[in-house]
Amino acid sequence: MSAKTKTIGKKPGGLSDRASDVVLVVLSVVIMLLVAYPLYYILVASFSDPYDVYAGKTFLLPSQFTLDGYKAVFSDDSILVGYWNSIKYTVVGTIFSVVMIYITAYPLSNPDLPGRKFFNIFFVITMYFGGGLIPTYLVVRDTGLINTIWAMFLPGGVAVSNMIIARNYFETSIPKELKEAAEIDGASKLRIFWDIIIPLSRPIMAVMVVFSMVAYWNDWFTALIYMTGEGRAPLPLVLRNILIASETSASQASMISGGYAALNKLTESIKFGSIIVAAAPMLIIYPFVQKYFEQGFMAGAVKG
Amino acid sequence: MSKLRAGPSRASAAAGAVAHRKPLKQRLIENWQLYLLLLIPVIITIVYKYGPMYGIQIAFRDFKASRGIWGSEWVAFEWFERFFSSPNCGRMIVNTVLISLYSLLWSFPVPIILALALNQLRFHKLKRVVQTVLYAPHFISTMIICGMLRIFLSPSGGLINLLLGTSIDFINQSSMFRSIYIISGIWQEAGWGTIIYLATLSSVDTSLYEAAKVDGASVFQRILHIDLPALVPMAVLQLILSASNLMNVGFEKIYLLQTDLNKPVSDTIAVYVYEQGILGAEYSYSTAIGLFNTAVNIVLLIVVSRIAKKASDVQFV
Repeated sequence: MSAKTKTIGKKPGGLSDRASDVVLVVLSVVIMLLVAYPLYYILVASFSDPYDVYAGKTFLLPSQFTLDGYKAVFSDDSILVGYWNSIKYTVVGTIFSVVMIYITAYPLSNPDLPGRKFFNIFFVITMYFGGGLIPTYLVVRDTGLINTIWAMFLPGGVAVSNMIIARNYFETSIPKELKEAAEIDGASKLRIFWDIIIPLSRPIMAVMVVFSMVAYWNDWFTALIYMTGEGRAPLPLVLRNILIASETSASQASMISGGYAALNKLTESIKFGSIIVAAAPMLIIYPFVQKYFEQGFMAGAVKG
Repeated sequence: MSKLRAGPSRASAAAGAVAHRKPLKQRLIENWQLYLLLLIPVIITIVYKYGPMYGIQIAFRDFKASRGIWGSEWVAFEWFERFFSSPNCGRMIVNTVLISLYSLLWSFPVPIILALALNQLRFHKLKRVVQTVLYAPHFISTMIICGMLRIFLSPSGGLINLLLGTSIDFINQSSMFRSIYIISGIWQEAGWGTIIYLATLSSVDTSLYEAAKVDGASVFQRILHIDLPALVPMAVLQLILSASNLMNVGFEKIYLLQTDLNKPVSDTIAVYVYEQGILGAEYSYSTAIGLFNTAVNIVLLIVVSRIAKKASDVQFV
């Protein structure tokens, strides 16, 4: 893991070490390919003629390179509306989620806050027990959230497991001396939050932002239940008709002049394209904060 | 207080003591801004988390929206009786338990093995690349995963059938359903699951490796005698955490992979709760089934944590 082990391994007497190195490298490369290939296959398929995909001509490279699938995806009104909804829900939801995590985690990271233990338990209970689908639905409905953007994130409340990770990070990774010195200088708790905690917790904030973004971008169940109105479904829910039910939307059908066969072809190629278009944003973002994941998880795991 | 900063541990202990010497009233006043920050999360949590918990009582009432929770008639266990006497009840309970249990048993060891192997990988660039790729599927929506599964498993030209040279309709075969569910689950989450174990392994004292090397221990022996024991407490914790979610796992995937033909195996409580509650507007009935599910979950949690505790005692003593 560390540089130290690296040098140790290079010492003489490492013949069996070298052999096991080879085994480990081969093993991890094979596993990596097994995980990557399905995604790669879809990517290749999205640039290929769908009939060639189903004929088994696209295992490694596209066949009859085409952008028809993507053209169809980007001219499909329901997908575009879904995309825009997903962006909206993700941006607003992420801001809400991260703010909630921070304004909960910071007070709870103060050791001399009276009632700290009570508040901790108050939040942690909701991790393990909930009202269930219908009682929650009824509260959301009675508070008038159905078909409003609020329904996408308010019922989720505080993301407690993320809040614990952030709280532990504030406690362990931000020097106490800084907070104490600021207090002696007469800084208020809010001032410390704004001037010390927030600037010094960038890594954990990056992790929280990415976790929240991924959760909102990929969520469709919340929308399935609360966003039943016309034109409110986020992208994954729109894709349900295409990917799971294999339906052709009206706007696609109207575009096509070549009869049933052409329509069928388009339905298939739109599947591959829409998978890539829906998955790409998160797959592009997460490697940038990957190095913070371990750190964040460790901080969170120390005190469960 | 600045004088107390001699050693970090003494300083914090002393600071704690100072804080506790202050009267409660003063501490409350000093922290008013923190309570202000907590106000919004607490209100939202009360309304949307504790509110529904209060609403669970409709499982014992004949809930009519027009009458409200308190005005609705008390029917005790009528909804539970209806569930237990419904024709598919036994099948749903068995399916829920089996899917959860099998997927826990198969999925649980994989991240541990992966982490042990990755941790010994000494080429750091390669290790990073492998990790990045292994994490990728975790960031993809269940909806997309299920769409991909349906493409790959299609009887006409799906990837798996192309590779096998067959035309099996995997999705519609009851006997395949659990395997599809579990294997795709491992594909999606095993890589991500390694993070917590890799983080634990990174704190293993490297001098142990050195000593083991001097004693002529092979890489495999080092994994077995140094790395694996270091992971046991974390593994036990993870097991308990997954067990605490046993009955709740998988609604999304099961719902999206369910077809009329695989229903004998894919018919589960969570899907039924959704169908009855949201699609059928049978609020009380659905809540009762959900509550039953939660109760089973709590029993499972207790059982598993007991067993895990016993197992880890054996390991350590």
